Amino acid sequence: MSDLLLKIRGLKIEGRSDETWNPIINGIDVDLKKGEVLGMIGESGAGKSTVGLAAMGYTRDGVRISEGSVEFDGVDLVKASAAVKRALLGKRIAYVAQSAAASFNPAHKLIDQHTEGPVQHGVSSRGESELDGIELYRRLRLPNPEEIGFRYPHQVSGGQLQRAMTAMAMACRPDLIIFDEPTTALDVTTQIEVLASIRDIVEQFDTAAIYITHDLAVVAQMADKIKVLLKGDEVEEADTRTMLTAPTEDYTKSLWAVRSFERPAKPAINVNATPVVSVRNVTAAYGTVDVLHDVSFDIHAGRTVAVVGESGSGKSTAARCITGLLPPRIGHIEFDGQQLPLSYKQRDKSQLRQAQMIYQMADTALNPRKSIGETIGRPVEFYMGLKGREKRKRVEELLAEIELEPTEYFNRLPSELSGGQKQRIGIARALAAEPQFIICDEVTSALDQLVAEGILRLLAKLQDELGLSYMFITHDLATVRSIADEVVVMKDGEVVEQGPKKEMFKPPHHAYTDLLLSSVPEMDPDWLTNLLQERGVDNIGDAAVDKM
Amino acid sequence: MAGLLGIILQRLLLGIATLFAVSIIIFVAVNALPGDFAQSILGQGATPEAVEAIRNQLGLNESPPTRYFKWLLGAVQGDLGIPMSQALFQSFTGSSTGGDVVTVFDQIIPRLKNTMFLAGVSAAISVPLAVTLGILTALYRNTAFDKAMNVSTLSAISSPEFFLAYILILFLAVLNPVFPSLSNIFPGMEFSDRLNKTMLPALTLTLAVTAQMMRMTRAAIINLLASPYIEMARLKGLSPMRVIVKHALPNALAPIITVVALNLAYLVTGVVVVEVVFVYPGIGQLFVDSVKIRDIPVVQACCLIFAAVYILLNLTADVLSIISNPRLRHPK
Repeated sequence: MSDLLLKIRGLKIEGRSDETWNPIINGIDVDLKKGEVLGMIGESGAGKSTVGLAAMGYTRDGVRISEGSVEFDGVDLVKASAAVKRALLGKRIAYVAQSAAASFNPAHKLIDQHTEGPVQHGVSSRGESELDGIELYRRLRLPNPEEIGFRYPHQVSGGQLQRAMTAMAMACRPDLIIFDEPTTALDVTTQIEVLASIRDIVEQFDTAAIYITHDLAVVAQMADKIKVLLKGDEVEEADTRTMLTAPTEDYTKSLWAVRSFERPAKPAINVNATPVVSVRNVTAAYGTVDVLHDVSFDIHAGRTVAVVGESGSGKSTAARCITGLLPPRIGHIEFDGQQLPLSYKQRDKSQLRQAQMIYQMADTALNPRKSIGETIGRPVEFYMGLKGREKRKRVEELLAEIELEPTEYFNRLPSELSGGQKQRIGIARALAAEPQFIICDEVTSALDQLVAEGILRLLAKLQDELGLSYMFITHDLATVRSIADEVVVMKDGEVVEQGPKKEMFKPPHHAYTDLLLSSVPEMDPDWLTNLLQERGVDNIGDAAVDKM
Repeated sequence: MAGLLGIILQRLLLGIATLFAVSIIIFVAVNALPGDFAQSILGQGATPEAVEAIRNQLGLNESPPTRYFKWLLGAVQGDLGIPMSQALFQSFTGSSTGGDVVTVFDQIIPRLKNTMFLAGVSAAISVPLAVTLGILTALYRNTAFDKAMNVSTLSAISSPEFFLAYILILFLAVLNPVFPSLSNIFPGMEFSDRLNKTMLPALTLTLAVTAQMMRMTRAAIINLLASPYIEMARLKGLSPMRVIVKHALPNALAPIITVVALNLAYLVTGVVVVEVVFVYPGIGQLFVDSVKIRDIPVVQACCLIFAAVYILLNLTADVLSIISNPRLRHPK
């Protein structure tokens, strides 16, 4: 048993809400050997992060470990004193958080934060750990390793910060690192680079790790074994290959199956038909800097156009031009062949009504003080002029349309809904204006895969019933594959390639499209290894993007 | 850094514009005071002719806009006029004292220096005290220590200043004669003597301003404790004190600086009661005396100085808050 580094037994965790303690984790065991990587997956609310933090003997405010033991190298962290835990944290157990941008202190330089651990734990002097930091930056393939540490967090990109955080976790050469969704917030091409770096360095130093994620394909690349969690319970655990090829539990199988949703292809577009929305040679600027350059594409009736690209590629800016929030500097938008006024301020109510939006963060897009009935009722009244009983009837119809029980949800507040339900309310609010065209801005990227699939199916159903056209902004190519009819690929404010989905997913592609497609992790555990062999470390990720 | 200079310049111009606006308000408010200098100096038995004569001599019969612009023009050139009380002696005794005219400046400057000294001593005690207590109460939040500190500083701020002053006099001057209860300082005093005499008013002011600064420090720090980088600092195994001082405090500076500046401004402009209680010869006393006899040039000058102190301290706070943000200090 001596080779067991981490032994968690019967771990139960409770969280406090409304003055009572409710179970979050209902008894979980973890065994981790030195140098072993455990992937922990599950949907949001499964308790992955809570278990990850508990493995460090840490709980957030309002959360407590009620039962069980967390033995790290023979020390029970549940019973250990704060001082004993502090001596281990950072030195022998380290943490890599989901958002490096939020987890680096904005007030200090990267290298100051890097050396803090080793110096405070008495592992090495400031000078030594600074040199070691630069060496780690080099190993993690950060650009300008000698110089990058002397910058502040806001001066470094997200992908680079994530690697700098991995370097910081490595600073004391810990025996165990907890990776809490370290690549979730990154673009695919950046993610692949960070994944390769993390995997390398964990292997080099023979560090054990718990890798927490909701992305199965990512965990397949990183982990030796996988544990699936559901609502605080363990579903199953097996080594990675077994888990991928022969999961035993239904829940695991359903997770595996999500990626199979795909809409049947529609017939080709009638070339003579007038598109519902037509973006014509649009160039737009924030201040004096052009962020869109001569962008043109059409969206036809009853079709879904996916606009794909990384953050900063101009996808959302294009949407802002269509809605008139950002009037284009050059070019214009046509709706049913009619030119629209550039700014929303000059558009009349019927023009505004025709184009609606659904947002990425359903949480922040709904007014927390307004009940569902009020939220959906407002556009019903504003655009359709319905009042009183008629308005209520229409809201109930809309709720039924989005598959929520009208009487049950009418009076609820957004805080009483789950993430997926909130997004459905967002859809209902867009539908209330009875538009022909809806812009969906990353509507599924904040949702779990199963929930996201439900939203995609709902959008597909509504399109079939109401003949809606969608502009579907996303960075997730799996979503594109499942829902799009046409695809527009954007990079640096330009359209680099566009066409029917079938052709986009078939070679030959534009080099950038090819890079995007090849950067999407696949369920094959050898995918990353093969890709690295095929392309070489220097031809993946941001490095490859920069070469274009 | 060019951006920062631009911001400072912009704020400075805004400050000057504010001062202009304030000068109008001061002028209107002071002129709205019932009675005037001529009446108050001549008393009940004044003949209308005498009153009229003095009014004419002091220019009180000119139209308000004319008087305002004269005053403003003088003030811009650094001439705040001559106190009416001084002007009077000359004209009535008929014996000009030669070039030895006492201006408003001459009257105000020594008083202002005294007030600044008192404010400086109070700030030197209260700011470090408040920030330290803020850090400690954040560190030991929700403990008995935290609650005791909050209760005691809140009781101090809730009591009227003269009451605090008399309590301090009772305990530190009467029962245990540590400090003198009268703060009659004068030019040419030894620094230590001066400090000793300033101690009681300074302590009274400390009690009055500490609570707000302490509570803001505490709240600003606690506000940050849920942020991911604080969690990260804890997960690096750092001591709770280090987490707060090194990781939370630098990011909590902006609101703390703002509150400190407001309280420093209060130390200069809100000291009237304390100065009166301790007979401390500061600008607050001069202000009250001048209002009593309707010595308009002095009242206006005091108001203008108070306004300038407020604006200047807030400007400094703004600039420091900006500097405390690394995003602005080190642009991409």
